[in-house]
Amino acid sequence: MKALKYVAIAALSVAFGSATSAQGVTLRISCGAVGQELELCTEGAQAWADKTGNKVEVVSTPNSTTDRLALYQQQLAAGSSDIDVYQIDVIWPGILSDFFIDLNDYVSSDLVAKFFPRIVAANTVDGRLVALPWFTDAGLLYYRTDLLKKYGYAKPPTTWDELEQMAAKIQAGERKAGNGSFWGFVFQGKAYEGLTCDALEWVFSHKGGTIVDQDGNITINNPNAVKAIQQAAGWVGKIAPPGVTSYQEEEARGVWQAGNAAFMRNWPYAYSLGNSADSPIKGKFDVTVLPKGGAEGQHAATLGGWQLAVSRFSKHPKEAVDLIVYLTGYEEQKRRAIKGSFLPTRPALYKDADVLAANPFMGKLYDVFVNAVPRPSAQTKQKYNQVSSAFWTAVHNVLVGQTDAATSLRMLEQQLKRIKGKGW
Amino acid sequence: MIQRSRLAARRTRTAWLFLLPSLLVLLVAAAYPLWRTFQLSFYQVSILQFPLQPEWVGFDNYRFLLADPYWRVSLKNTAVFTVVSVALETVLGLGIALAVNARFAGRGLMRTAMLVPWAIPTVVSAQMWRWMYNDVYGVVNDLLLRAHLIAQPLAWLSDPHLALPGVIAVDVWKTTPFMALLLLAGLQSIPDELYEASTVDGASGWQQFWRITLPLLKPALLVALIFRTLDALRVFDVIYVMTGTNPTTMSMSVYARQQLVDFGALGYGSAVSMGIFLIIALFAAAYLVSLRVELD
Repeated sequence: MKALKYVAIAALSVAFGSATSAQGVTLRISCGAVGQELELCTEGAQAWADKTGNKVEVVSTPNSTTDRLALYQQQLAAGSSDIDVYQIDVIWPGILSDFFIDLNDYVSSDLVAKFFPRIVAANTVDGRLVALPWFTDAGLLYYRTDLLKKYGYAKPPTTWDELEQMAAKIQAGERKAGNGSFWGFVFQGKAYEGLTCDALEWVFSHKGGTIVDQDGNITINNPNAVKAIQQAAGWVGKIAPPGVTSYQEEEARGVWQAGNAAFMRNWPYAYSLGNSADSPIKGKFDVTVLPKGGAEGQHAATLGGWQLAVSRFSKHPKEAVDLIVYLTGYEEQKRRAIKGSFLPTRPALYKDADVLAANPFMGKLYDVFVNAVPRPSAQTKQKYNQVSSAFWTAVHNVLVGQTDAATSLRMLEQQLKRIKGKGW
Repeated sequence: MIQRSRLAARRTRTAWLFLLPSLLVLLVAAAYPLWRTFQLSFYQVSILQFPLQPEWVGFDNYRFLLADPYWRVSLKNTAVFTVVSVALETVLGLGIALAVNARFAGRGLMRTAMLVPWAIPTVVSAQMWRWMYNDVYGVVNDLLLRAHLIAQPLAWLSDPHLALPGVIAVDVWKTTPFMALLLLAGLQSIPDELYEASTVDGASGWQQFWRITLPLLKPALLVALIFRTLDALRVFDVIYVMTGTNPTTMSMSVYARQQLVDFGALGYGSAVSMGIFLIIALFAAAYLVSLRVELD
């Protein structure tokens, strides 16, 4: 196995090492391809290449974060220098930190101070800064302003119960009016990381905690969490399509942007796409904070977002750091915010008039973004993926009606205890 | 006498010489990886560490495996998948083999056409079927709705009652031709005279099938069953592409991959792999014994 690995490394270095020329180096960056991500990443990387005289090749990756992590793990564990810059999820610094260089050795503390301190902290593992924040994310409630008005609602729902009632009424009305494929609410219900994000919002909004608390205690088996998951299971087939249990972000957006849903839970990237010239719902929707779990509940938005890290196997770490400093810089983040509604990771951009004109919600929901709820990746470290996988599986079992929430969460607690072992 | 044994010894030596290359290949490609997997299954080691820091844990991984509910689920799924798919493929394959063994115009074309599903790579056909099963735009729902067999579109791959049957159907669609091909070869080795003679004696077609075809087809049938069972026990691609790591359809191999690749748990993943190896080895041994009995 080891011998094979060296052969593979040798083959790769022959294939890609020779690309280096006197005119600069060739870097490879892996980017997401959800919505307009790939297009914007390619434009940004190309702008840097033109400016510096280097070359950049963009490698696209699977849309599912779960598949993307598996791909990265294989690349990195094989010691591959194939990719120099990795776009990583906010929950991965703890999982992949061994494979990235410490950016503190390359960038000044003044530069680091320009980013949100909380996101920088999420990217710091044992004092090593393993990535620079590129864009942040928070779960939002998308709602159709025209339909709410049509059915006599003055404002979006503040609790999940209200959302249920409004979704049911609008769905019945629209179906009667002739749109047989209209649904009240779409979200991410497939068994993957996205479901962990959605379900964490349901649980946290009911004051059911964050699966594993700050101190590493397993807290998921509690009555509020049971109530939250049970309520969500009631949506499937009633106000949400039965197939929602196989939806990722893009499937949900497909239904929503075609005008076939009254509400959607999604990340901010769907905002500018929904307002694009050829969108059937252009100008007919707005975004707000996700509902509370009952009158005593609280609003919740799961913290998402993506960072840029430099592989420790990169042959050109200096140029790679220069590229990520450029991509996370003020101007490039401004361009991405205006064109793609990606949330900036620099507080200063939330006061930028051009950004706010393109995305009024960024100013309005600023508090939601800075108070977003992190998934328990910091506590569970390298075992986060196992914890999350156990959680989304348990929730998915309830959504598809295989078991009830109380049983499922009790079993989940047992399983998490086994995964935890002597400690995370 | 002495002459003869010397000849025998020389023959044995030659035989070993001829076997040597394949033995070497087996050693490198099968025995060494198996030995490494066995070793790793006694360690706790994460692929996410750089450099790797293996920690000896003795039989902990195996103890965990015996109590692991998801391992049990994957065992159950694999068992259901194997029994149902192999049974259906055998019955359908036999039917098709009998049909294309009869003389009729266009037989050559028929024999070629029936191989099409088998010729498509599994990953491609699984993805194709995944789209056909889609609850919103899939052709399966569309046809069933038009035929008024269902009132509401079904979520084929996310409904826990439909997902495993859905995957099994795809495997049957794909692998029945292979079964038919193996059985067709067996059918063609049965001499025509037997049928002619029995027809003269006044045997019906039904009697011919039970008294002549089936008994003489037994060796071919057994070989085909061994191939398919061992193949079905380690099923991975069709399930992974269609439903990922969803526990309602997860097979043993899908579970091993999840541990090794998604979780980077080289130690525990190796223990899972050893579990799969033991189960398949058991089946192979059982089949070999029964085959020897049958063929002798």
